[in-house]
Amino acid sequence: MKRDEIRETLIACLSDVAPEIAEEEVEDDVDIRDELDLDSMDILRWVQGIHKALGVEIPEEDYGKMTSLGDAIDYVAGRI
Amino acid sequence: MAEFVMPSLGADMAAGTLGKWLVAVGDRVAHGDIIAEVETDKGTIEVEVFNSGVVEALLVEEGEKVPVGTPLAEIGQAGTAAESVPVSVPAAESASVPVSVSVPASVSAGIMTLGGGADLDGPMATPAVRRRAHELDVPLQGLSGTGEHGRITREDVEQAAVAEVQPPSGDRVRISPYARQLARQRQIDFTDVRGTGPEGAITARDLEGAPAKASAESPKERMQRAIAAAMTRANDEIPHYYVEHAIDMGTALEWLREKNQTLSVNERLVSGVLLVRSVARALCKHPQLNATWQGQEVIRGDGFHVGLAVSLRGGGLVAPALRDTDQGSLSELMARMTDLVTRARAGALRSSEMTSATITLTSLGERGVESVTPIIFPPQVAIVGFGAILTRPWVVDDQIVARPVVRVTLGADHRVSNGHQGARFLGTLDRLLQEPGKL
Repeated sequence: MKRDEIRETLIACLSDVAPEIAEEEVEDDVDIRDELDLDSMDILRWVQGIHKALGVEIPEEDYGKMTSLGDAIDYVAGRI
Repeated sequence: MAEFVMPSLGADMAAGTLGKWLVAVGDRVAHGDIIAEVETDKGTIEVEVFNSGVVEALLVEEGEKVPVGTPLAEIGQAGTAAESVPVSVPAAESASVPVSVSVPASVSAGIMTLGGGADLDGPMATPAVRRRAHELDVPLQGLSGTGEHGRITREDVEQAAVAEVQPPSGDRVRISPYARQLARQRQIDFTDVRGTGPEGAITARDLEGAPAKASAESPKERMQRAIAAAMTRANDEIPHYYVEHAIDMGTALEWLREKNQTLSVNERLVSGVLLVRSVARALCKHPQLNATWQGQEVIRGDGFHVGLAVSLRGGGLVAPALRDTDQGSLSELMARMTDLVTRARAGALRSSEMTSATITLTSLGERGVESVTPIIFPPQVAIVGFGAILTRPWVVDDQIVARPVVRVTLGADHRVSNGHQGARFLGTLDRLLQEPGKL
């Protein structure tokens, strides 16, 4: 799966969690918690969406490796 | 017959706009059914009915703004005499739950007679039509009714009320007083609206889709105004006291980590669910904090319904109730909490969720705030605020160790409890969080 496709999927999952966030706001280096105002429940729902869409299970201790969209893409790309 | 009234969806709510009917006359409804959407300063709320029966009349049109307590619909109980009339009481004025009130048969009969339109001394019109006539200042005497047996209908009243007004442009347009009132409330510029009423008069329906004036308040501004009103009232009326306590969260977080390793990704828990459950269980031991202040009276909560302060991305705050938080498994509580927060942010809350909280929980820990000094949401009598779970030096067995610690603050109403009781509540909360497996 290409990086662009992973990116598209992760943004789609993010939109399910926080539809009020405009896709153009989600740049790769944006801090998901601070700048997009996501909380732990949002992150969990995002992780659940990624698992459903891509089959990648992200353990709780790895949430910290997904602080930005770019980090999350790298993480998921390494596990597909 | 029972009346379905405009509910009070918050202590600060004086009126609401009937946004949409989800039922029609003749529909059967059951207790808990969502039958309407009401637009408030805090967003669109789905409103449930607390009577079972048949919708006999819809008294308020979509788009109409009416005061709290105004009858919106009549719910009949087919085939039974109305000797016991269930009445939905606005929560902010009562015990936050619908109650059943027994009414003498003679009074019930009187209500039913009026509802049927009979009035020995005047023209025939239902109470709703009379109320509308009063609102529009239209005398019923001398008005010809076009309804059954000559009964005056709502349309008869509104057509009689059509009057000429002078718009800002200087051109003469015709607009019904109700439409004019609506235009004023919604700050709609009706200058260019084409009327479809009698003689081209603009009706309320014609205003749908008409542009608002540039100065119209946005939904977020309205919400902020509502929050301001509630918080001002709280500061003015409630003698707050505060007690704070630091809790070692090490055991709870370790338990949560191990628990989540045994669960599938879709079943995982967040630490917030432990906080909600522990607050509920602590309230079981300190029920004086789980109550509302109504007039000069304390009404104990009928359950442990924790209002969750949910911030809306981009601004705004709501605190819908997560009901019966002391019951069920943590997984069930987590599922209900996720659903509630998701709907809160999507603007799909229900009326019972807006009115039934018996205490509020706010957590700003995710934003790194060390502690919160929250303001009580009236008519509740307490609020619990959690700060961030931060690694701090902590003394264990005379040794200084690093532990994850959260500062929790109780804000409570001194008319109902005191600092000693508040401190005992926080102590109970601490002990409960040291045994997370029992939550």
